[in-house]
Amino acid sequence: MRAWLRQHRRALAGAVAKLAAQKSAAVLNALVIGIALSLPAGGYAVLASLRPLTLGATLEPQLSVFLRPEAKRADAEALAARLRGDPRVRSLRLVPREQALKELEAVQGLAEVVAALNRNPLPDALVLRPQETDAAALESLAAELRGLPVVGHVQADAAWARRLAALAGTARLAIALLAALLAVGLVAITFNTIRLQILTQRAEIEISRLIGATDTFIRRPFFYLGALQGLAGGLVALAILWGGLAALNVGVEELAASYGAAFRLAFLPPGDAAAVAVFSGVLGWLGAYLSVSKYLREID
Amino acid sequence: MISFSAVAKRYPGGHEALAGVSFALEAGEFAFVAGHSGAGKSTLLKLIPAIERPSSGAVLVNGQNVGALKPAAIPYLRRNLGLVFQDQKLLYDRSVIDNVLLPLGFGGLHPREAARRARAALDKVGLAAREKASPIQLSGGEQQRLAIARAVVNRPAILIADEPTANLDAASASAILGIFAAFNQVGVTVLVATHDEALIGRFAKRVLRLAAGRLAA
Repeated sequence: MRAWLRQHRRALAGAVAKLAAQKSAAVLNALVIGIALSLPAGGYAVLASLRPLTLGATLEPQLSVFLRPEAKRADAEALAARLRGDPRVRSLRLVPREQALKELEAVQGLAEVVAALNRNPLPDALVLRPQETDAAALESLAAELRGLPVVGHVQADAAWARRLAALAGTARLAIALLAALLAVGLVAITFNTIRLQILTQRAEIEISRLIGATDTFIRRPFFYLGALQGLAGGLVALAILWGGLAALNVGVEELAASYGAAFRLAFLPPGDAAAVAVFSGVLGWLGAYLSVSKYLREID
Repeated sequence: MISFSAVAKRYPGGHEALAGVSFALEAGEFAFVAGHSGAGKSTLLKLIPAIERPSSGAVLVNGQNVGALKPAAIPYLRRNLGLVFQDQKLLYDRSVIDNVLLPLGFGGLHPREAARRARAALDKVGLAAREKASPIQLSGGEQQRLAIARAVVNRPAILIADEPTANLDAASASAILGIFAAFNQVGVTVLVATHDEALIGRFAKRVLRLAAGRLAA
């Protein structure tokens, strides 16, 4: 066990020394990997930042149920009570016509219009959030409510929700595809750099095998080299992402402020950031594995 | 310790390097493998550490049929053999002592113990003072001695050398053979291939004489 740990420590130290000995090549490799990985990582971060917005009150699927103007308050309360007991309804809010008018008054520029009305033209309304947010469930609930005699109009925000979900899904898929492509690219880059490294150490590998080194022993430093290179690339990607988001946020915050909102693109949460670095390291290891295995097969 | 029974080796393409070779080497023996170049000396030596595998027949080392070893077992066989190659196979990008340390790393030996053993091996071949030198700075005879130090650093029971005195003057060659004789005296089994009949004549040892891949009686 001690000997085994010692061998790993030596292999790791050897890999670090090799990277240090070829600083410029190592830096360039880390840059190439980092730039490639920063694209999907950045896409993911932007998407993650947008998610709270898309899940916000205005865009979450909901049904607005407007009662007929001649319906009585008691009808509205009875319907609200009935729907609250419905398992398909997650939450429900009764908006009495007086409150609706007050809310309308509060909207800038509409106070005078409201004052000019001699009676409240607004009906009582129910705003409900369904348990199931998929379009089909929303539509069927809306259709059922439309059939009730006290209901004048039902407005489903399903179309909005559907478009948004489709858009988010497409973006996620595009990022996943990009990530997969670049992951393959990263493996190829590592494969190639490790191959070059192997070729410079051809004599050492040949002699070591002749005098009793196992293939495991020969592979080990290259595994570390590949993993370290991947890890370095992952860290560069995170640095690029951090810097890129900071630069974008200058403009984004200004834009959001002009809408009276506070919004900024957030960096990846620590767990996701660590995952990017680890994933990159694993890909580097994989590239090294393929490269060394191929070489050892060739010389057999 | 080493035994060949009816060993033949044909290389791809049909060249028959060895045919019907049988002999046994006892523990602690010292033997020369003699013959002209192309007689099959190198092939015979390469069969012992399983660098080559016999086409037919059996090569036993310590009772183990090395021709039938799984690839994963071969490194462990080689660690118990001291191998001196015809072209020495030194690493010129590192120091003398680092060359000797190379095989000690495979087993994960403690660095201090490894350094101690490497110095002891260099001391035995008379290179103790050159440990920091580069192999390029060494003379031909010194490079050969370095190759021997690396071969014996794991304290093998068997030492196998392929033409260790090629390109050396007579004095250096005798010195190299003297080192092998010294190891033999402390119990190491030694097998040396050479085409240098004068050298063989100076050491009264057993001679396995190869001619066209066959052992002459």
